[in-house]
Amino acid sequence: MVLWRETKMALKTEPMVEQLELMGCIQCGKCTGGCPVARKTTLNIRSLIYNMLVEPELDVSAHPELWDCTCCFTCVERCPKDVRPAELIIGLRGQLVESGHIPDTIGTALTGIFRQGNPTGIAREDRSAWANGTEIKAAQGGCEVLLHVCCTAAYDPRVQVVPRALVKAFTAAGLDFGTLGTDESCCGNEVRRMGEVGLFEMLVEENGELIRSVGASRLVTVSPHCFNTFKNEYSLTPPSPPLQGGERPSPSLQGGKGGMEVLHYTQLMAELLEQGRLKLSNEVKKTVTYHDPCFLGKQNHVFDEPRAVLKAIPGLKLVEMDRSRERSLCCEGGGGRMWAEGTNLEERLAFQRVREAAETGAEVLAVACPFCLLTLEDAVKVQGLDDADRTGGRTLRVMDIMELVSLAL
Amino acid sequence: MIIGGGIAGIQAALDIADAGFPVYLVEREPSVGGRMAQLDKTFPTLDCSSCILTPKMVDVGRHPNIELMTYSEVVSVTLPTPPLQGGGERGSPPPGGEGGSFRVSVRRKPRYVDVNKCTGCGSCAAACRMKGRIVSQFDEGIAKRSAIYVPFPQAVPLKYTVDPGVCLYLTRGTCGKTFLCKDACPAGAIDFEQKEEIVDLEVGTIVVATGFDLLDARLKPEFGYGVYPQVMTGIEFERLSSASGPTMGKIIVNGKEPQDVVFIKCVGSRDPHTGVPYCSRVCCMYTAKHAHLVRDKLPDARITIFYMDVRAFGKGYEEFYDRVKHERVLYRRGEPAEVYRRGDKLVVLAEDTMLGKPVEVEADLVVLATAITPRTDMPQVSALLGLQCSPDGFFQEAHPKLRPVDSLVDGIFLAGCCQGPKDIPDTVAQSKAAASSALRVLVQRGKGVSA
Repeated sequence: MVLWRETKMALKTEPMVEQLELMGCIQCGKCTGGCPVARKTTLNIRSLIYNMLVEPELDVSAHPELWDCTCCFTCVERCPKDVRPAELIIGLRGQLVESGHIPDTIGTALTGIFRQGNPTGIAREDRSAWANGTEIKAAQGGCEVLLHVCCTAAYDPRVQVVPRALVKAFTAAGLDFGTLGTDESCCGNEVRRMGEVGLFEMLVEENGELIRSVGASRLVTVSPHCFNTFKNEYSLTPPSPPLQGGERPSPSLQGGKGGMEVLHYTQLMAELLEQGRLKLSNEVKKTVTYHDPCFLGKQNHVFDEPRAVLKAIPGLKLVEMDRSRERSLCCEGGGGRMWAEGTNLEERLAFQRVREAAETGAEVLAVACPFCLLTLEDAVKVQGLDDADRTGGRTLRVMDIMELVSLAL
Repeated sequence: MIIGGGIAGIQAALDIADAGFPVYLVEREPSVGGRMAQLDKTFPTLDCSSCILTPKMVDVGRHPNIELMTYSEVVSVTLPTPPLQGGGERGSPPPGGEGGSFRVSVRRKPRYVDVNKCTGCGSCAAACRMKGRIVSQFDEGIAKRSAIYVPFPQAVPLKYTVDPGVCLYLTRGTCGKTFLCKDACPAGAIDFEQKEEIVDLEVGTIVVATGFDLLDARLKPEFGYGVYPQVMTGIEFERLSSASGPTMGKIIVNGKEPQDVVFIKCVGSRDPHTGVPYCSRVCCMYTAKHAHLVRDKLPDARITIFYMDVRAFGKGYEEFYDRVKHERVLYRRGEPAEVYRRGDKLVVLAEDTMLGKPVEVEADLVVLATAITPRTDMPQVSALLGLQCSPDGFFQEAHPKLRPVDSLVDGIFLAGCCQGPKDIPDTVAQSKAAASSALRVLVQRGKGVSA
């Protein structure tokens, strides 16, 4: 699966140590201790940092486990010394990308994005197929809210239901919204995390220009991954208010000039429901637990809005998993892992996660991220948690929050 | 005047009073004693904290030169005019040489109990309708008390106080048909007509000994404090372990004796994101002490301490650390990343950095060594006294090396943790230094005006 070149990729460590300020590391191990993949593969970011500090050169090609990282950023969030360990992984991946030491599936995904604007490589012309013939306003003509669908929701048949449900809800709320249709391209969040800096910068430039030209006051994303990069790595957002306790500035935060507010759909939905612009009338009598996506929860501290949307659904009972909010377990779909298995194929975090969900007694595991929807649903099916014969009666189903909203609308 | 009646304020008050000067000791709480009164044993000698503190509390309570003003707060301070000069520098003109003094207003909050009549018998608390329903701050929420209370049995003064925030009469205007506390009091001491009183004083010098707070462990959500009853802070463990505490010193968690105990150090400390970039200085040693106490009471418990570094710098400290390690306490290097539940147990997830791999350690009790932080009312106290804070949020001393107890305001001195985290020996040493500096002011300006 992985096409490794014979040659070594010897990296001089000093420049990256300086660039990422690794000297501040106190080797406390909080990063590796909390790393969800460190428990199942040889990835040890604390040890990698130590190597960077004490060795003049690092043979990056000897570390295929670098591709195991999901970029959940638990390490970055918890590092007491602002070292941002995952950024080292991204930096080292950059070296691997440059020298061609990449899993072939990652290469395919990157090529697809370069050629067709999406990692599947399916034609750009099919990007609006999810809308199923529904007329959606072309944002190019101007609109108040720009809905960025992005690749997984646009192309994956399982996820396409999510943007469709959003269109239904936005229409019901009388929102002036539109999409970029087939002009839309991949946001590049995973591109940067796979180390393809050049392609990411190209996407930022082209997407940024196109998005700003719409003149919308708000950009709403289906995926927390797009939300993260548009909010923190593009220059779309108004200047952030002073950081609250626990929040951290992103080094790539470029400040804002466009004045466009970037929102995840759960934030907008919570607002529409709170303002009464949207009313949910049908009962959905289900016990539901909610899985916090890393890019929404841990990385951007959006914990309450998804729960507010669920609680607004009549008849729905929300129960919490033991590990929730800041302690949510990564589904293993981020950082390019949708297109690369990693070095340990046997134990999947998603398997563990859906078992935790089943333990709560919930019938539905609600998600707010296309990747989580796919990885967790896969885990439910493989483990037979959706099969009453195998579970002894009670079954678990993975649904996006919008699927539940759609039932209530 | 001494502001704050913890060990720092108590020691400074005693030294100044013993030298023959009158002292006002102002304490916000109903009793002096402060944090030290809450502790079980003290490192590294394992002296019982209240056994060594209580005699000093009694001394300040009956010292002829000390006027104890408990349940009182300083509300305004007017600095001497013209300002005092060179309060701490040798060779500078004597401060207050022209008779300048601080004019201080102190609010004596109503206890709703006549302290001259109250004998501390406790009949009122036993009768109170709210008995066993009010969270005891002194016991860190582990025990409940009445609305009329003494914080702890060794309180000085041993006089009851009505908690105005929870007393049924004071909050709702009625407490059944009759006041149970009033009926129960044999001395007729309870007086709901009491009003607060403002007392104006003139003093020659002020020692600030206002102490510290502890970090809210919920700022580190990964550890599950507030979610799991088995996760507690170090100060809560002190109350749990103390023979005078709510469990009489039995270590009972969730109704049973823990078999696996995990200590996590540096919770919030050395972490700029919690606003605590500094080392809290006492956690390494009190955690070693806690481990010893667990071993002493639970000989078969498995005890693990997760640490980043062990800082055992004081007299007898490294020896104590060695001793504890020999008591089958396992030190594992690594700052834990997370605590979560697995069945009946909690699991502490960490990288053991010596092994270089993540480990899960089961626990029935997790004790978090939470950081020492500046008191939340530092801005108000700073404004009151014209003091400055250093970047860590504690009061700024005049010179970090050569004038460690002088504040930047002449005639005002700093003692204890209000200037920065300290253990008890350092606190007492600094208090004695502050007392000595204060005495220099008083001697030079001539006797007669109160300290």
